[in-house]
Formats: sequence, structure tokens, C-alpha cells
Amino acid sequence: MIGGDEFDISRRAVLLGGGALAGAGPVRAATRKETDMQDSPTMMEVSFSVNGEARRLRLDTRTSLLDALREHLQLTGSKKGCDHGQCGACTVLVQGRRINSCLSLAVMHEGDEITTIEGLGQPGELHPMQAAFLHHDGFQCGYCTPGQICSAVAVLAELQAGIPSHVSPSLTEAPTLSEAELRERMSGNICRCGAYSNIMEAMREIAGEPA
Amino acid sequence: MKFDAPATTNPIDRQRFIGQPLDRIEGQLKVTGSAPYAYERHEVVPDQAYGYIIGAGIAKGRIKAMDLDAARAAPGVLGIVTAANAGKLGKGKRNTARLLGGPEIEHYDQAIAIVVAESFEMARAAALLIRPDYEAQPGQFDLAAAQERAVKPESGDPDSGFGDFARDYAQAPVTLDETYTTPDQSHAMMEPHASIAAWKDGAVTIWTSNQMIAWGKADVAETLGLPPEKVRLDSPYVGGGFGGKLFLRADCILAALAAREVGRPVKVALTRPMIFNNTTHRPATRQRIRLGAAPDGRLLAIAHESWSGNLPGGATETAVHQTRLLYAAPGRLTRTRLARLDLPEGNAMRAPGEASGLMALEVAMDEMAERLGMDPVQFRILNDTRVDPENPGRPFSQRHLVECLKRGAQRFGWAQRQAKPGQRREGGAFIGLGVAAGIRNNLLTKSAARVRLTRDCRLIVETDMTDIGTGSYTIIAQTAAEMLGLPMAQVEVRLGDSDSPVSAGSGGQWGANNATAGVYAACVGLRQLIVARLGLNEADAVFADGRVQSGGNRTALAQAARQGELVAEDGIEYGDLAERYQQSTFAAHFAEVSVDAATAEIRVRRMLAVCDAGRILNPKSARSQVIGAMTMGVGAALMEELAVDHQRGYFANHDLAGYEVPVHADIPHQEVVFLDEPDPLSSPMKAKGVGELGLCGAAAAVANAVYNATGVRVRDYPVTLDKLLAAMPA
Repeated sequence: MIGGDEFDISRRAVLLGGGALAGAGPVRAATRKETDMQDSPTMMEVSFSVNGEARRLRLDTRTSLLDALREHLQLTGSKKGCDHGQCGACTVLVQGRRINSCLSLAVMHEGDEITTIEGLGQPGELHPMQAAFLHHDGFQCGYCTPGQICSAVAVLAELQAGIPSHVSPSLTEAPTLSEAELRERMSGNICRCGAYSNIMEAMREIAGEPA
Repeated sequence: MKFDAPATTNPIDRQRFIGQPLDRIEGQLKVTGSAPYAYERHEVVPDQAYGYIIGAGIAKGRIKAMDLDAARAAPGVLGIVTAANAGKLGKGKRNTARLLGGPEIEHYDQAIAIVVAESFEMARAAALLIRPDYEAQPGQFDLAAAQERAVKPESGDPDSGFGDFARDYAQAPVTLDETYTTPDQSHAMMEPHASIAAWKDGAVTIWTSNQMIAWGKADVAETLGLPPEKVRLDSPYVGGGFGGKLFLRADCILAALAAREVGRPVKVALTRPMIFNNTTHRPATRQRIRLGAAPDGRLLAIAHESWSGNLPGGATETAVHQTRLLYAAPGRLTRTRLARLDLPEGNAMRAPGEASGLMALEVAMDEMAERLGMDPVQFRILNDTRVDPENPGRPFSQRHLVECLKRGAQRFGWAQRQAKPGQRREGGAFIGLGVAAGIRNNLLTKSAARVRLTRDCRLIVETDMTDIGTGSYTIIAQTAAEMLGLPMAQVEVRLGDSDSPVSAGSGGQWGANNATAGVYAACVGLRQLIVARLGLNEADAVFADGRVQSGGNRTALAQAARQGELVAEDGIEYGDLAERYQQSTFAAHFAEVSVDAATAEIRVRRMLAVCDAGRILNPKSARSQVIGAMTMGVGAALMEELAVDHQRGYFANHDLAGYEVPVHADIPHQEVVFLDEPDPLSSPMKAKGVGELGLCGAAAAVANAVYNATGVRVRDYPVTLDKLLAAMPA
């Protein structure tokens, strides 16, 4: 893990970082003379809450939210399957909405409320969706599972909020809780073990029978 | 324990735990993200530095020079390892290409350097500053072009035959001679290959993600020139493998080399875009099938020839193997030929051989049934065999393929299928049904375990077996609970540590039967120790409900445990039952698809597999294995294809957006039926493999359903809409 004065940010880097990340929150002033970008990573402080706990980190601005969680906070429940937003294993909830945490820089989340799989439930105190995945065997190797579960929880909330999807017949009417809707909305979460049929059973149990 | 005679009645037959659909014992850890995978093991060793691997930008040739100056000077960099400073490296017995390339380059994205830095971001930034200067050489990257130069491989039983194929085929009234192709495929397991390595006193420990711990340990030792006792691998959780983690890979070796170079533990994961060309893949095949039949549908002649390519020293894709066993016919021939290709290394992927071979054979059978005017289910039933067709004195231990087909046909509503394709239309789509048979052998291999009854009456099972999503933790606990009569909650299973007894490992669908049989053997030893300590008679001792009953005595196991821990270690070894009897598993796959009449978009609407795989140890996790394999079958049928750049010699679609695998929207509800017939010739567990069976035939069932829907026969996988559009029915 990185920290300490040796990684103090340069003035130019602060300006660049502040420009690119306007609104990302306060940035501590640089103390070192301007140097070439390549010589020293740009460090920033960021504060957010993770699973209800306030966290303050000083990070290389290149750090993804996923790596901030996995490497700096050692919350390794969120998985790195592709680091490119193609697999969904890194799905977490930010302000109640699901995102691919690998596609988001940590310093963009100043003040955000982040929920990871660890925040949904713990062994012995499972979230109902976690319990349903367990009971329906909605996983095998387990690597995509935290992302699937975070997505599944968010999908049901999206449906409840009336947010349409690609398969919704209407953009203005509330989408129905159909299997087509569930499958479409879950399709950003790849499971190579192929537990999809069981994941659907788990989601149906929590959502109630689809229309 | 030597298993050389058919199993008789044993404690497993009670099926109080075995055969029950129990939830996975590690499931709570997985659904909460608490199960630690290789890259996540912050706790095992302090001060972990980050490695980042770069791969070769050419497919063949050599590195003339590599400018490392900028990378070395980059912030946070602790060291760089290339072939120039790695020291002398051996090559693992199971690797074809070297894991650290340079100066010679054998394939695209072969690892050429690892940069170690204080953070992932720093290592990545520095790695991208490395400037290799290559001298590229021309290579052969096109299987179709290389086919005519293919040779008979030196090993692997490339030619087989029986009777007189040429005569029988020439005389057959109805014949088929078609060529099918399957593309290169990627395992694409969700967890990238990852390792953390740390050295202490000349010995290395590698926390990694590997299916076959003993192979990995031996090949690390071989590659690094270490005595095996100086190598420890630990892999308790594996985020999928499908064959891609059978062998030692670059992450493991380069983590070890880098950790030695910088004098600190190093963690590294392959980046997703690198995995497709750096690691192994299922090789493409070109397959020619000839069938000759009598007008009544009896097969008279069957020939299957397959061509695949590989790097020098690499093996063939054994796509003809199932054809030697699946159907009766007096005249038989198979040929397997190997072409030299300079693409990345081809190697085993789930159901190697059968997965590709059945994609061709079972479409050929569908085509032949149509030529004969027969129902494809009936055609297969008619040509069933009770014996190894190349060796008629050798029976199958069990074979219930006909029952699989019959039950499946009834359950799936096969009778509704229109024999003539393109007839059933619902709205804007054509609907079709397809069937295919599956076969995959039951491989027997020795497997050991250690079981301990602790003073507080917990049962601890230790073996280097892995759980790659297969359910090993759970079925091993079920086995131990059954043998000792203890509740599941008192059983703890520790897997994946090379310090534990060597197991069968996870591959070839051999894990479940062999690893549990090894645990069975160790538990027999522990039962003997317990009986001896309690002064009971072994012959009539019954272990149940936490007690041992013998004669009129009922003694709590806890009483035996209190006197001190008892430890037994043993394994299963096999006699010649697999030589005397062909041991295989069978499936009947059914699929229903819709094909959009305007766009030819294919959707799978229903799937069913009926499986004959011996005793099912846990119907819940076994079913998951099968539906997962069926899902991979949908991928093979409809979308999976590594696109070969024939100029530059690499797989161009090397990420999860370009290499398409099935997603939720592609997969309907899937149904699985197990015949659940214990096979006493297999092991004391009377179980057989099931993890690959679900893939064997699944893709062909989908392809046949597409034909039934549209009347368009596609013989080049994957079956995509562009191959249908021009010939779609009106």
C-alpha cells in the first residue's frame, strides 16, 4: 500500500486532476516542486463511506474504485474479472445504483455511499438474495457471485423504480417483473460456470413470481 | 486401498448424506465474497509488491533488444525480470511453450517481462514503458492451409480401425460424407490466472489458482530447478478453470521469479486481454465424417477423421475419440492428424476431444437420420452398442444411453417435432427441436486423503484436491460424514494445499469419483483406528448418528476422540477394471430454438439433458455442473469463436466483449434428469464423472434444432445468423 510524503502531488498534477475531476472534493495542496508527471504519481485524498463506515484514503489518482476496495481497504468480495467493464464481477452499489467499479476511479467518489457484497450480508447473517443464491445453487466457482448478487439486488430496485430496459415494451409504463426483464438486466454479469438458470430461480424467489 | 473387484455393499450405500441435494458447505463464503481467491490473500504474507506482465507483440521470431531503462526509472519500480536475468529455466513437463519467452518468441502474448512495483498502477505504467525490438519471422496460422501438411502424431493412438471400413462404406446403400469445422475456443473462466509468491530459506510458497496441485508443484520445481520439497502451492478457491488452469502458467512462474528478484513477496494476475493469447485454448478442428447405413437404419460403416494444429511438441485435439465407442457398426476407422501452427498453445478445455468431436458426429447422425427418413432418436437407439465396438469382448460397465434418449424424448415432447424442417412457425419465428447423444469416459486415477478425528470430535479432511466450482468441498464432506456417521457440521474440508496428500485433482470429470473414493479409503482406515481404540469388533461396527455400534455396544465417537486425536491417511488405487470394462457416462441432450424469420436471430427456448453418470453424489451440485456445461454448449453452438488473424498470428478478439460467451439473456430454464444408477465397477463410491458430460452433445443438439427450425444446415461452427440468412425459408 502506498502512503506518506514521498508521494506528495505536484502542482501541475493537482491542476490537471482538479480539472478532470471537478467537484470531486477538496484536494490537499502540493508541497513539492513541479516535476514531470511520469516521475511521481498524482496522489489525492478521497472520503466516502463503504458499507456504512466512513473511509478516508490517499490514493494514486489512477486507482479504480475496485482496486481501492480490494487492495487498499482489503474488501476483496468485489472481484476483478476483466478490469474493462465487460464481465460485471466488480459490480457494487454506489448511491444505491449498481456500477462496474473497475470503470470508475476511486477519487470520483468523494462523499459517495458505497455498498459492496460484504455490506449486504456476512456468513451467518445473509441478505435474502445471498441466501437464495445459496439455496438455489446460483453459483459454482463463486468468482462472479458477489457481482451477480449486487446486480440482482439492484435489478429488483430498478424494476420497482420503474426504470425501463431494452426489452421493456414501453418506456413510459412501469416494466413488469418478467423473466425476460430479469435476464436482460442481468446480462452484464457473466457467469462462465453457467449458473444462469439457477440465478433466475433465486431472483424469482426474492422478487415473487414473475408476471 | 486397492480397488480391483466390483464394489459390494458399503456404508456409502446408506445415502444419509451421499445422494442428498445439500447446499455447498463453502456457499456462505462465496455468496458473501469471503472466500479468498489467489490474488486476494493479503493475510498470508506481509509486504506484497505488485507484478505486471507484458506479452510478446509478435507471434514468432525473436527479441533483438529490450529497452528497460525508462521502466526501471519509473516511480515505484522495484525490479524487472526478463529471460535475460531470470537465470536458467527448465520447462514443465506439461507445458508446450515456455512460460517466459525471449529471446525466441513462440507465440503472441508469450510473457516476456514482469515489472514489479509498489502498486498495481505503478507496475502497469512502468510495464508500458518497455520497448521491445522484435525480429518477426513468418509463421503458419491457418489450419485450413496447414491441413495438407499435417502429420500422424507420434503418440495418442492416432489411427484406429475395425473390420473393413472401405468395403463396408463402398457397399452401403445410404452414405454420408461431410466435413465439419469447429473454431478455436477459450476457457474464459471468470477469475484471471493469479498468484502470490514468497520465498523463505530457498523455498517458495505460491498462493495460486490451479486445478491440479501436484502437477503444478512438480512443474514449478522443474521450471525453477528446485527440489519439489522446496515448492508449496496453495489453491483453496479457484474461480473457474475448465482446463485453463490444469497446468502451470506464466502468473505462477513469473510471480516466483519476480519475488526472488526483488526480495519481497509479489502478487500478479494476468490481465484479461492477455489471457486469450498467453494461456491455452481449445484448438480448432476440421473433421471429415463418413457414415454408411442399410436402408433400415443400421450403421454399416463409420469413419471419423480430424485435423487440428499446435505448436511443435503440442498434442492433437482428440475429436474422434467418442466415435470409437458411441455407435455400433462393423466397419470402422478413425484418424487424427496434427498440423504445425504458430498460434498460442492448444490444450485441454472442458471435455477435450468429445466437445468438438460430438459437435460434428452428432450433426452427421442428424443428417444421416434425415437421409434414411428416420427419427433421429430412433436412429440412435437402433445403433446402440453393449460392447466396445473395436473390441467386442469388452463390455461397458454400464450403458443406459437408450434409456436417456427414451426418457428425454418423452419428457421434452419430442413427438411434437416436425420431421421436415422449416414447418413450425410461431409469429415471426421458426421453431425447431434438436437431439444429440453424449458420451464422456469415466477416468480412474489414484487419489489420497488424510482424515483426522480431533479430540473435540471434529472430522478434518485434508487432500490437495481442488474445488473449481464443481462441489468438491461438499461431496468430500458428505463422504466423510457418511463414513463416520457424523453430522456435516462436524466435518471440515481443507483443499488445494500441496502439503496435503495428492489427489486426483480437477480435470477430465475425474475429480468427484476419484477424490471421494480416496476420502472413502482414508475413512476406512480411521474407522479401523476408532474400532481398535474402543476395543470393538470391526466386522459388525456401524457408524451412525455420532456413535459406533458393535454387538450390543453403542459408543459415542466423542468418547474415542477424547483419548487423543486419531489420524488416518490412505488413498484409492485401481486394478484393471477399467481395462476389462469400458467405463463411460452418457447423455441425451434436447434443445428447442426459435429462429427469427426476418433476421435469423437464434434463441434457445428450452433445454433438457438426461444423464447416465453412475451414482449422483449430490444432485444439487451435479445438476449445476450439467446446466453449466449445457450453457457452454450453447456458447459453442451459437457464438464462441476465437478469430484468428492469419497475418499476424493471434486471436484478435481477446477479451470478454470480443469473445462472446453466453449471458443471462441467452439461456432459458434448463432441465436435468439423472438416471442415478450406482456403478459398482467404478469405485467404492459407485459414482462416475459428470462435469463434462453436460457439454458433450449439447452444442450439436442446438445446431440440430436450428436445422429443424430452418432447414439450413451449417457445418461450420458457430452457427450464426449470417450463415442462415441467405437460405432462410420464406
